[in-house]
Amino acid sequence: MSFEGLPKGSGNKERTFRESIYLWEVLRGLGVTIGHLVRNILHTDDMPTRQYPEEKHVYSDRFRGRHRLMKREDGAPRCVACQMCSTYCPADCIEIVAAEHPDPAIEKYPASFDIDLLRCVYCGLCEEACPCDAIRLDTGIFEIAADQREKFVVDKEFLLNNETDGTR
Amino acid sequence: MEAMYAFFMDTAGMDEMAAHITVAVIMATIMFIVMALCAIIFTWMERKVAGFLQSRYGPMRTGRWHGWAQAVADMLKILGKEDIIPAEADKPYFIFAPLLVLLGSLLAWAAIPWAPGFVAADLDLGLFYIFAVTSLVVLGILMAGWASNNKWALYGAARGAAQMVSYEIPLLLATIPVVLYTGSLNTQDIVIAQQGGVLNWFVFRDPFLFIAFWMYFIASIAETNRGPFDMPETESELVAGYHTEYTGMRFAFFFLAEYANLFLVSMIAVMVFLGGWWSPIPGLDFAPAACFVVKGVLMVFLNMWVRWTLPRVRVDQLMHLCWKVMIPVTLVCVVGAGIWMMASGAVG
Repeated sequence: MSFEGLPKGSGNKERTFRESIYLWEVLRGLGVTIGHLVRNILHTDDMPTRQYPEEKHVYSDRFRGRHRLMKREDGAPRCVACQMCSTYCPADCIEIVAAEHPDPAIEKYPASFDIDLLRCVYCGLCEEACPCDAIRLDTGIFEIAADQREKFVVDKEFLLNNETDGTR
Repeated sequence: MEAMYAFFMDTAGMDEMAAHITVAVIMATIMFIVMALCAIIFTWMERKVAGFLQSRYGPMRTGRWHGWAQAVADMLKILGKEDIIPAEADKPYFIFAPLLVLLGSLLAWAAIPWAPGFVAADLDLGLFYIFAVTSLVVLGILMAGWASNNKWALYGAARGAAQMVSYEIPLLLATIPVVLYTGSLNTQDIVIAQQGGVLNWFVFRDPFLFIAFWMYFIASIAETNRGPFDMPETESELVAGYHTEYTGMRFAFFFLAEYANLFLVSMIAVMVFLGGWWSPIPGLDFAPAACFVVKGVLMVFLNMWVRWTLPRVRVDQLMHLCWKVMIPVTLVCVVGAGIWMMASGAVG
């Protein structure tokens, strides 16, 4: 096997005198770091680190976040338990149990409406599928954490009380 | 010091021996407290400097303002840790080694002139004494590594011993021109010889002394085993080097000794080259001790700046730098400074 004609690796490159005594490069490196130090002291807020719980990341307006269920004027869910969202859901994470509504004008209402947040892919197809704008993914909430898997399955009450974070 | 002796002998009515012992105990206590404090402050400072140099924050939580209490919390935590001695370790030496390392730097602190007349041990051979007792640190490190009965620790200790013994030579040689100028090894005399503003500091006296100062600085980084010369620790290859097996308080002693040593070499640099307690502008010597400490902290900052900038060198590069570059350069500095002294008529 011949290596002729191939470019030489950086290790084979002849070093210039200035590089071989290191001193100039060392001083340049020190210059770079002290530049960082001074800049970071003068503009501490420009550092890339975010002090997370106090200082949250601002996502773009198109970011969806956790789901919420919309309410009617009387506070009942707007959902009519038509199962469109759960049918359309690619992750199969919505489980709705329908029940007859006492008001003859409304056909059905969800007796339970559970979303498994661990399965959800936050694609937003459920809100597109919904015929009565009952489910929205516009809260912008991204802090979804729990210490047990069961706690990620959120119910109707939880979703109804999910408010937007006010940024959209 | 004379004032303290006078106070104890005249006002408190002690005889000379009792006064001497009382003053010694007071000075030793002050030294130890300052040493512990500087370990705490420098740990925090190191983390903040490292953070800001690398565009991070460093500790931010403990104690609200920029995590100022982080080092205190760490100290409290380490006090409560389990003390583990490996079954195969050589127990007495294992226990004694961290104390020896700490002792080496604590002894040297005694001869540091903080302010005119304020020096715990005003020795005629002060500078020589400092370098002599800091050799105990090498012994302590070697003892720690060997007694641990662990191959990483032994490697680290062997490297540490080789490095520190080698770098002691340029370290000493770099201070010799100053001793030539002063004609004395007494630490106070060395500082007094630099009176009269920044241009009378030994760094700026002549070009050879300027080079000698930087040689001293490089050698002092190697003496304190800090990056880019932290060969004895090299966490990527030797886990933690000579203190791999140490836990709890014993590890804290090594930590304390590292920062005590760091401040020690910085203070020696200030004392020998940077005018000790004299302020840069002549006639502004209101707070000599504060001036001394501020210069010392600036030297510590310089150490940290270098540590967090440069990558670690290889062992062979380290030895090459010492034996083939620094020792010849410092020898030239000694001869050159001597000739410069003769030529300028400043024979001390």
